[in-house]
Amino acid sequence: MTSTDKLVQMAIAVVLFFAVTGLILVLTARLRSRNGERVQAAAFIAPSLLLIAVGLLYPAAGTIYQSFFGSSYQPILGGEGGNFVGLDNYRTIFTNGDLLQVLQNTALWVVLTPLVATTIGLVYAVLIDRSRFEKFAKALIFLPMAISLVGASIIWKFMYDYKGSDQDQIGVLNAMLKAVGFDTYRFLLTEPWNTLFLIVIIVWVQAGFAMTILSAAIKAIPDDIVEAAKLDGVNGLKLFRYITVPSIRPSLIVVLTTISITTLKVFDIVRTATGGQFGTSVLAYEFYVQSFRSFDFGLGAALATLIFVLVTPIVVYNIRQMRRLEAR
Amino acid sequence: MTTTTPTAPQAGLKTAPPKSASSAARESLSGRWASAAAIVIAIVWTLPTFGLLVSSFRPEGEVKTNGWWNALTDPQFTLDSYRQVISGADIDLATYMINSVVITIPAVLIPISLAVMAAYAFAWIPFKGRDTLFVAVFALQIVPIQVTMIPLLRLYVDPPFNLMPLAGNDAPGGGFYTVWLSHTIFALPLAIFLLHNFMREIPGELIESARVDGAGHVQIFSKIMLPLMTPAIAAFGIFQFLWVWNDLLVALVFAGGNPSVSPLTVRLAALAGQRGEDWHLLSAGAFVSLVVPLIVFLSLQRYFVRGLLAGSVKG
Repeated sequence: MTSTDKLVQMAIAVVLFFAVTGLILVLTARLRSRNGERVQAAAFIAPSLLLIAVGLLYPAAGTIYQSFFGSSYQPILGGEGGNFVGLDNYRTIFTNGDLLQVLQNTALWVVLTPLVATTIGLVYAVLIDRSRFEKFAKALIFLPMAISLVGASIIWKFMYDYKGSDQDQIGVLNAMLKAVGFDTYRFLLTEPWNTLFLIVIIVWVQAGFAMTILSAAIKAIPDDIVEAAKLDGVNGLKLFRYITVPSIRPSLIVVLTTISITTLKVFDIVRTATGGQFGTSVLAYEFYVQSFRSFDFGLGAALATLIFVLVTPIVVYNIRQMRRLEAR
Repeated sequence: MTTTTPTAPQAGLKTAPPKSASSAARESLSGRWASAAAIVIAIVWTLPTFGLLVSSFRPEGEVKTNGWWNALTDPQFTLDSYRQVISGADIDLATYMINSVVITIPAVLIPISLAVMAAYAFAWIPFKGRDTLFVAVFALQIVPIQVTMIPLLRLYVDPPFNLMPLAGNDAPGGGFYTVWLSHTIFALPLAIFLLHNFMREIPGELIESARVDGAGHVQIFSKIMLPLMTPAIAAFGIFQFLWVWNDLLVALVFAGGNPSVSPLTVRLAALAGQRGEDWHLLSAGAFVSLVVPLIVFLSLQRYFVRGLLAGSVKG
């Protein structure tokens, strides 16, 4: 297909869906009665509901179902025979040595990323608050949010680039090591620390998110509280510890949980930076490998379901906190 | 959620402008140390991107043999790497850039057009079971896209009831529909939820008085609601734009490794795997993929921050 063809297809797709919307509006425009209103509501909601049911609900049910079967594809309806394995796939996840390592790495990602990113975001937000260059300073930290995780991984692979100690270095970090007299280091290959160096990448991306949300929360602290505390002689770090942090606690929780949800589902960094080798794989990447490389649909489905199970309580908690935040 | 727009300092007041808790903390942490810490963080956050940017303009021989910081003392710059990645037959990012555009625009516009209508019905047309249905749609936000992928892919490749397959050689739309529809499906629960919340903030009297004047829902929707919804739609649109443009997983799975449908991220990831040592190409390639989201992001940052928190649970 030529580029022109693609652009034409793009235009057709947009026009098609806009036409559906327009048609529904035109056809229901004359309805006024109580029953007419019902028809109208149904027509407004139907396209979205259809897509969600077919594209989200049915597949999710299918994946959970598949997770109790062996490696071949097992549709909910019309699958013949089938090799039901019960909880075997889950047992594999929690007993196989490689997969245990995956779980361990995932735990590190999900715990460290929110903590480090939020801490850096908070400290930075406090440091630049109401300074002369606040807007510019914020943009610098926030910028990585606009970069794809593939791009971010390439940027950091370049930082971590390794050459033997006797050679000229092209990676910043090894050049620094060499300059102070250390041997150069294989940041992405040396287990077990390489996982930490991958986590640095996601922290680099997510700190901007934390900084933005927390900065807004800090600005919302009423001035009289701060003034009163100062009259009582509370200052410096104590003010930060006893006034700032408690005042922005709901925002802190939302930021922490949101980053852990994002982190749990990230696979781009591992795939681009190490390809999951050298003991760096995580749950979301292992799902991809099992489903689309090994074609072990049962194990892949079990890994996806596990992500779902892990993420659900965090999301529920996150949404509750967010509602509380909005209600204030 | 409030935006981060700082309140304008009130000049000319007798008292000094009130200080926030954090600025007080910053001051007593002794300004100099605080500023130093802020500058260190800012440098650590900027340096990696800056290094890659400098490298993308250096000649291949230089990039591969010495550090990019040498360019600051011995500047040698060229556009060769960009020429090679954009129009070079073996890398050809120009084609993938077009794919990214072709994927992203419908993947942003289609969910908006569907969700805005559904959100209106959920917000302002009373019907039985409305709240239950809305909560159900809202709850579906928690489904990670990984959980849906394989059955959804099967539906595209081998649909029931003799429907036309959306993937394969004779797929309609050149195979783009699988990617468009997938992004649309994954965006809908969030889009409906967000737009519904914004619509509920419109005063009910406004709707009521329009109804008393004889306006139907369609008129209210198109004449009153849509104009008022523009900032909300923009906030969601930018969020979705960056999400789709930067996405790798959906593109890998649903474009099925078909180069004529794959976006920039897929090509760039492949490049990082195959030519991991060709830093002149990788750096230029990364920046080609960066330009569009960076422009969108910098010019529309205000809207983005608004949609940021609400959208952060997606996918």
